[in-house]
Amino acid sequence: MNIDSIKNGLVIDHIRSGGAMRIYDLLGLGSLDCTVAIIKNAQSAKLGRKDIIKIDSVTDIDLDVLGYVDPGITVNVIRGGELVEKKNLTLPERLENVLKCRNPRCITSVEPGIKQVFFLSDRESKTYRCLYCEAKAER
Amino acid sequence: MRHLIDIRDLTHEEILSLLDLADDIMAHPDSYRERCRYKKLATLFFEPSTRTRLSFEAAMMELGGNVLGFSEAASSSASKGESVADTVRVVGCYADIIAMRHPKEGAPLAAAMHSTVPIINAGDGGHNHPTQTLTDLMTIRRERGSLENFTIGLCGDLKFGRTVHSLIAALTRCKGVKFVCISPDELRLPGYVKQDLLSRSGCGYTEARDLAEVLPELDVLYMTRVQRERFFNEEDYLRLKDCYILTPEKLAGAKDSLAILHPLPRVNEIDTAIDSDKRACYFRQALCGKFVRMALILKLLEEAGK
Repeated sequence: MNIDSIKNGLVIDHIRSGGAMRIYDLLGLGSLDCTVAIIKNAQSAKLGRKDIIKIDSVTDIDLDVLGYVDPGITVNVIRGGELVEKKNLTLPERLENVLKCRNPRCITSVEPGIKQVFFLSDRESKTYRCLYCEAKAER
Repeated sequence: MRHLIDIRDLTHEEILSLLDLADDIMAHPDSYRERCRYKKLATLFFEPSTRTRLSFEAAMMELGGNVLGFSEAASSSASKGESVADTVRVVGCYADIIAMRHPKEGAPLAAAMHSTVPIINAGDGGHNHPTQTLTDLMTIRRERGSLENFTIGLCGDLKFGRTVHSLIAALTRCKGVKFVCISPDELRLPGYVKQDLLSRSGCGYTEARDLAEVLPELDVLYMTRVQRERFFNEEDYLRLKDCYILTPEKLAGAKDSLAILHPLPRVNEIDTAIDSDKRACYFRQALCGKFVRMALILKLLEEAGK
């Protein structure tokens, strides 16, 4: 199956097979008006099977969340048909509306419209905690 | 806008300066009688409280200000389903500063995100209670003369005991403080307190189950109540509620200079026979609570006015 290569845009590669739709939602790609291609179950020497997302525009997307979802993901920036940058993903300091606090005593369990916010409390152990109640995030 | 949600919102220097101010108010109350004239404090207590609410109200009255508010969720619009965010937006139209207690953890922080006036966390579930911590620090400093170089035993419900969590956060910034955490296995400190505060701070800490065994090494004993309202399961509460009771017999092995603190209310964890012991500081501690809240109200109103 062929998907056209892109001239200017982003290629989010090495997504674990089955993970593309979650990333599509987390990055809010549904709101873009450019072409977005989701390739599922592509052959991968590294992963066996992988998902890929191609975005046909160099848009200002907050990619930090990818570092939390899967640090194995690579992001390539394409300009004029050439690969100009490989972005390194790091764990973001803050995650907004990515995780949901599971603590039934937390205000987020009852307050309407509240933003779910987690902060990185320990980079080494990749621990995130709820900003409101400090409960540890469960993946 | 400056709020007090977590004791870590204040630097160590700011805490010391608040305690100095509280000591000065205690020594010269007449000089502060008119300092909050025409100002209003709203006490939004979504959960019952005696000490904290009354000490906030007494603090504002002694500063010459006025108080409005409610003392339980049932008598507020929360019972009609109003959000915390909407409540503080509205109350901010009527009051200059808000003290909020809420059973849900993080509610005062959620409130602060929408408030146009300073919010003081007066206790959020089993999470934090920073004004109790200021009270505890003022008491320890007055009893011991300093906030440095002592061993404190924290006893009872360390899991849901919000006063304990805030106190640890503050004391890890003081020099030479060692912690002995005394609790049953089920009520040990939550991970975030143990890992993020104690382990990272480099302060020495040990965990113990037997109070009598560790009592002789303590300079300060901080007793807490096992709180029925924090348990989803009544059986667990009944099993754990009497696990630590401080009696004159147990106290026999303690230092003469020991300071016994308790955030109150007490149920049975400190035998009333200890009340007359000079080492029992908990009623003096309750008095400190009013003065330190006066200092805090003054500081936050002053900063909001800038």
